[in-house]
Amino acid sequence: MTTDSKVERDPKVERKRVSIGDRWRALPKWQRWLGFAAFVAFLYYLPLLGIPGLTWLRTDYIANGNNWAGVLFTCAVYVLIALGLNVVIGLAGLLDLGYVGFYAVGAYSVALFGSRQSPVVQAIQDKFGLSQEWAMLWAVCIIIALVLAMISGVLLGWPTLRLRGDYLAIVTLGFGEIIQRVVRNSVSWSGGPAGIAAIPGPEGAPSADNKVFGLLDAKPWYWLALSVVLLIVFLVRRLENSRVGRAWLAVREDEDAAAVMGVYPFKFKLWAFAIGAALGGLSGLLFASRAGFIEPNQFNAQLSILFVAMVVVGGAGNMAGVAVGAFLLAYLPERFRDFAEWRFLVFGLALVIVMLIRPQGLFPSRRRARELQDRREEVPAGV
Amino acid sequence: MNFDELFGHLGQHTVDGLAKGSIYALVALGYTLVYGVLKLINFAHSEVFMVGTFAVLGTWTVMGATNNPGIGMMLVFLAAGLVAGAVASGATAVAVERIAYKRLRTMNAPPLAFLITAIGLSLVLSEAFGVWQGRLVKGMPTIVPQEVVFQIGNTAITNTQLITVVAAILMMIGLDVFINRTRYGRGVRAVAQNPDTAALMGVNKDRVIMLIFLLGGLLAGAAALLYSVRYGNTRFNVGFILGLKAFTAAVLGGIGNLRGALVGGLVLGVIEVYAATLTSSNWEDVAAFVVLVVVLLFRPTGLLGESLGRARA
Repeated sequence: MTTDSKVERDPKVERKRVSIGDRWRALPKWQRWLGFAAFVAFLYYLPLLGIPGLTWLRTDYIANGNNWAGVLFTCAVYVLIALGLNVVIGLAGLLDLGYVGFYAVGAYSVALFGSRQSPVVQAIQDKFGLSQEWAMLWAVCIIIALVLAMISGVLLGWPTLRLRGDYLAIVTLGFGEIIQRVVRNSVSWSGGPAGIAAIPGPEGAPSADNKVFGLLDAKPWYWLALSVVLLIVFLVRRLENSRVGRAWLAVREDEDAAAVMGVYPFKFKLWAFAIGAALGGLSGLLFASRAGFIEPNQFNAQLSILFVAMVVVGGAGNMAGVAVGAFLLAYLPERFRDFAEWRFLVFGLALVIVMLIRPQGLFPSRRRARELQDRREEVPAGV
Repeated sequence: MNFDELFGHLGQHTVDGLAKGSIYALVALGYTLVYGVLKLINFAHSEVFMVGTFAVLGTWTVMGATNNPGIGMMLVFLAAGLVAGAVASGATAVAVERIAYKRLRTMNAPPLAFLITAIGLSLVLSEAFGVWQGRLVKGMPTIVPQEVVFQIGNTAITNTQLITVVAAILMMIGLDVFINRTRYGRGVRAVAQNPDTAALMGVNKDRVIMLIFLLGGLLAGAAALLYSVRYGNTRFNVGFILGLKAFTAAVLGGIGNLRGALVGGLVLGVIEVYAATLTSSNWEDVAAFVVLVVVLLFRPTGLLGESLGRARA
């Protein structure tokens, strides 16, 4: 019924967009799977593309070299972040401006427990009389990163999720800042402003002997990140259609109504926070492993804001949308690196223009678009 | 933990904190006014402040200000700086409203769209100044040389501290009277309480909204002058951390509550100085946010509660 009235009101725009989505959904299942598989294959093939102008990117790491695969890796990590933040903002409707905090927790987990140069590993070596070469395995670091990120999510969410939306925003923003400051100030266990080097990847500490996950060739890293993204897309999709996903939707649309229906909002908000935090931690881990070196300045509050921008510009709630948003916001600044001075100015302008033209994001989820449509009818030109 | 230093010079640290907090309070008023009426975190407000500092710097440069001018020229520079800062910041704030928020309001956009627009605008403003004025810290002439004017026990109060605190409190009282006693202020309170009913009663909603952005901008301009006098430098991204602190102050006091912004700003300034004394200045930001979280736990609407419209739920 909502759809009918929508088509009548704005026939040109609405009918066109609905028909593309519907046509895709109307295809037989095997065709959709085929299309999806082709798309995934294309994504894996992407770093081998060599289109001048599009994929030939200048880089600060390698003079006159092409860093297309490296940029793709960054994009993939940002897509992962966007997927995680989308759980918090898009699905549960909580505004988290401190997402960089979880990203930093993930990155520092692998750095502190995986790198031989980290104070934590050295302390463990001393305590248990282990050799200088000992460090946690990368696979163990993944678990540590996920657990620590989740714990920090719960610790942050426990006191703050009872607050109203805007208060949550400022507290999370503060959290992102605190994590950065704490890491920078605690020289004794975090390396402080000097950062931590020799962060391991899947093949152990970065060295010239690493065959696959080396320092120069970013392609394997991209494929790794892409695989993680695909896995997470699958898992989040399952979650979205589960009881938890429906609870999030109910809480987002009307918390009181959800509570009356027996959905305990706090519990599900906390779940969203914890899951989002774990994904943020995972992306931080990938970033740190690839970079091999991290320092506190890489986790500033501006980055959190960029993350939120990815989700909102792409269209909160829609995984494909936020992925596109993340890709654009990661790719465009790299593409326009030549305009070094101007690129963030242009980036800001782009944010404003996109929001003024499409306040619901570039590709909003169908459900969210409908909610917005209702909103617009409810209070025409209200505050 | 350096308790001896803190309690030995408690008065001194409190005065330092109040002076620091006064600037937070003035900027916080801009956030709280806009939030009280529109329920919108105006992220671009920090850049409104930044534009003010550059206007002050520009005016002083054009007028050929030097270090330690005489008392007469000092007053002239302060007045000119105040006018320049207030005009520039006020104009920026109103421009932000007209260009971006107004259109979003007519579209009845979701709150997140406002937020991202505000973030985009703040990027545009700060980057525009970064490109135009360079990215290094820009020093300013010392218009008011530091002098101790009062000495109570071991507490020394300097002239800049006195100017900052007194100016902030005076402006605060002025704003409070304006909002609570005048016709325009009644309009602002009415729109804050219920925009639609206020519109039915003949309040021009758009004009009220413009008015609050203008007021916030003017106060940010005044804060910019005080900041320039006290710290003597500015930078394209000077607004970011200060804006964050000011917003924290607004939330701490109870966002939407004018007196809360003052209380929150002063409390935050004092806490930061205490924390910096107890540990090191590296930890002051951490202490500020920890206090914020603790206060919100026990008083979810801030120290004084939300009440721009007095009767809002």
